[in-house]
Amino acid sequence: MDRERLLEAIALTRAEYQLIVQRLGRHPNEVELGMFGALWSEHCGYKHSKVLLRRLPSQAPWVAVGRGEENAGVVRVGQGWCAALKVESHNHPSAIEPYQGAATGVGGIVRDILAMGARPLAILDSLRFGPLSHPRNRYLFAGVVGGIGGYGNCLGIPTVGGELYFEEAYSHNPLVNALCMGILPEERLVRARAQGEGNTLMLVGAGTGRDGIHGASGLASRTDPTGRFEELRPAVQVGDPFLEKLLVEACLDLAWNHPQWMVGIQDLGAAGLTAACVEAAARGGAGVEVDIARVPRREEGMTPYEVMLSESQERMLIIVRQGYEEQVGRLFQRWEIPWAIIGKVTGDGLIRVKDGPYEVACLPISILTDPPIYEGAGDMPPEVAAARAMDMASLPSPEDPAATLLALLASPNICSRRWVYQQYDQSVLNNTVVEAGADAAVLRIKGTPLALAIATDGNGRYCYLDPQVGGAMAVAEAARNVICLGARPLAITDGLNFGSPERPHVYWHMEGVIDGMAQACRALGIPVVSGNVSLYNETGGQAVYPTPVVGLMGLIEDVYRIPRPGSAKPGDEVYLLGPGPALPPQSLGGSELLAVMGLAPRGRPQLDLQLEDRVQKAALAAMKEGIVRTAHDCSEGGLAVALAELCLREGLGLEAPPLDLGPYPHASLFGEAPSRILLVTPPGAGDKLKALAQACGAPITYLGRLGGSALRLGPIALPLGSMAQAYEGAIERALQGP
Amino acid sequence: MRFAVIVFPGTWSDYDCHYVLTSILGQEADLVWHRQTDLAGYDCVVLPGGFSYGDYLRPGAIARFSPVMEAVVKHAQAGRPVIGICNGFQILCEAGLLPGALLRNEHLQYRCQWVHLRVEVCHNPFTVACSPGQVLRMPISHGEGRYYADPETLDSLKREGRIVFRYCDPKGEVTRQANPNGSLENIAGIVNREGNVLGMMPHPERACEALLGGEDGLFIWRSLLRWAGSC
Repeated sequence: MDRERLLEAIALTRAEYQLIVQRLGRHPNEVELGMFGALWSEHCGYKHSKVLLRRLPSQAPWVAVGRGEENAGVVRVGQGWCAALKVESHNHPSAIEPYQGAATGVGGIVRDILAMGARPLAILDSLRFGPLSHPRNRYLFAGVVGGIGGYGNCLGIPTVGGELYFEEAYSHNPLVNALCMGILPEERLVRARAQGEGNTLMLVGAGTGRDGIHGASGLASRTDPTGRFEELRPAVQVGDPFLEKLLVEACLDLAWNHPQWMVGIQDLGAAGLTAACVEAAARGGAGVEVDIARVPRREEGMTPYEVMLSESQERMLIIVRQGYEEQVGRLFQRWEIPWAIIGKVTGDGLIRVKDGPYEVACLPISILTDPPIYEGAGDMPPEVAAARAMDMASLPSPEDPAATLLALLASPNICSRRWVYQQYDQSVLNNTVVEAGADAAVLRIKGTPLALAIATDGNGRYCYLDPQVGGAMAVAEAARNVICLGARPLAITDGLNFGSPERPHVYWHMEGVIDGMAQACRALGIPVVSGNVSLYNETGGQAVYPTPVVGLMGLIEDVYRIPRPGSAKPGDEVYLLGPGPALPPQSLGGSELLAVMGLAPRGRPQLDLQLEDRVQKAALAAMKEGIVRTAHDCSEGGLAVALAELCLREGLGLEAPPLDLGPYPHASLFGEAPSRILLVTPPGAGDKLKALAQACGAPITYLGRLGGSALRLGPIALPLGSMAQAYEGAIERALQGP
Repeated sequence: MRFAVIVFPGTWSDYDCHYVLTSILGQEADLVWHRQTDLAGYDCVVLPGGFSYGDYLRPGAIARFSPVMEAVVKHAQAGRPVIGICNGFQILCEAGLLPGALLRNEHLQYRCQWVHLRVEVCHNPFTVACSPGQVLRMPISHGEGRYYADPETLDSLKREGRIVFRYCDPKGEVTRQANPNGSLENIAGIVNREGNVLGMMPHPERACEALLGGEDGLFIWRSLLRWAGSC
């Protein structure tokens, strides 16, 4: 391949090439240029996001491994246990080949957790597609759900939650972010560090093939994936979950039972062997020497370039302590996993790649891991300014609030996600206390009273209208979600999905979202311990909505005393903690009501972080007192939808006395003001709850009593049956097409 | 009682079965790798759920050739109890220890949900602690759980009282709607002619703690303990 065509294939600019030549003091050969292409890609090098990511707080006393240090973040959760957390995008591959794209996304994130020495405990998936009215979106959606299930189910790791939105903005660029959480004994924490001169590099797992070459550079770091569908399909990897399952067991056997045999474990993900060796060497402050002639292949005639850049799945790099090669080899053999010694740790700070007797590449690690950093300039898109300026007070109010509520319950963005999660194994490993469909999933830690709650959140529409508020709301809502299960927010992993950062309109959104998240993290005291950035999610100059996926993990001290979904009893009282019920029309900014009315997004969401903090503290305080039977976050679709969901979940109606819904009853019913949680208390506990809320400075309103089989709220009176009919089965109906 | 929980490459309910048997029921249990060829000293063999060999080719089709299977057959022929759950059921059918086959779910999707089972017979080691007609609640998690057998086999299963569990509604009615995968006659579990080999698609080991949503799975394990105690 000539140099120009190679640069195009690996998506490096001419200026970047010049920089390489200048730093190396010579021209790189083809293999070396391919390695630069991978490590200097946006996907691996964070060229356009690094400056902004530094604004996110990543430290707290309980953080053991912070953002960017290792393959995943790790926090201490108590009783000698740590939890590892990481989210990763697989957007571009999923746009081209949805089943394998999503499946290998799951595989990759599981290996990231595994590389920390943690047993993967749960998977969550945050998904965005275009409307299901379009056949290609139906194909993408069904393929992605199939791929997540096909891989995760075979692995024996429960898939317990996530999110799902359908918006036109994702039609050509679906978003597929997979999150994995794992646990490990604190003293078994593994670092992915190649250190100790003379230690051995062992490649374990699948043979190396030609799949996924240029995945990181050519695919994930460029726009218009679907426009070059056939050309790019070979850049999508193919997964083998069976082999991954064996890898999980073998690596944990090594990390938990024989930690003295090795110094590090590194996942092979984006940019394959190149990134694995270089990143591990960089962390260890060492060099590495690799002989690719020793790399087991699944195809014949592969060039050094192909071997170094293959993204074949289900491979791990083990940095074996010198002298223990035989023991480690035997261990992998016992698990029936192929392994090979491919090189060693050196002390010269170089990566030397040999093909038998010939040296095919030799590069300083420090240059490979130091790509140019670009600081963009943001500019508010005029259409955002126009949408924000639209008058919310003059919006027509829906004529029939009950019919509107039914329409919202049947909206693809709100309706039951059962069609999705019933295709996922949610309970394998016997830790799932609360399954998908609740505000957050809850997984216990065996042998302790501890449990982890986990949820993902991120509303692209809010972020489009106001990136700062939208970014902050994603953090705030994810925190409220885990609080609804009685968990104290502990750590965040963030998946940031945007269009091309080289366009000022996109950069403006990106900067705003990250700043908003940073503000909320500081206000609520939650560190960001890991994350992923996916850029160039755009087609024909149309970017996806700026979409942060906030994966938030919370700690439950006593899993036997959590407010469980489904535990309410007739006669229990329902309170609204937080502002309302009367809301101003501005609360309809970016709301699902507008979408159901067929209106383009408009207005500007609002968030008061101090109020949010008080509400969250009040909810946790009430739960600690044991006066909350169950809770539910109030978000998309507003108070009416939140109450309907609560009624459906608990199988009970609600009798609300006349409420003051203010001059804009439709805003009060369907407005999406944040910082609100529905709390269900046993009869007689109301006074205590109100006193607690007041002491925390959080507003609280009595809404009504659970009982009967209908929701009666202001102008709305609907039997549970008709709400269930709207809410359940809406995805199945949409999948049948228009 | 001493249990052998067999682990094939790709098995994933091994830990769950082992955890329930040891930590909840206080029994002795070993995780036994599929290359082991001797199961002497074990009272009961558990073939857990999972995707042995990735379910490649056909669920259970490769695992049945694993070295341990000869010992499993010997154990069964000696009249000692063998319980196959989910993938374990599929393996038992492939190995010929149970009749029939488990086909792709009728709706072609994987399905993980809580189901209700009606206990049809109680004169075997697996349901002796239940009462006939009792309704148990536990999860299923499979893509290939649609039980099928030819008419003569089905007839003999019915005649000989070998259908142990049927999918039913919460009240115990065996209805079309309560059938999660299209199984013939809502069959969720059967035993061999001698009654000492059970295959079932639902996961009793996932329903042994109120914290995790239910304890009905304990009826199966306690049946085994009671049966062993009375022998």
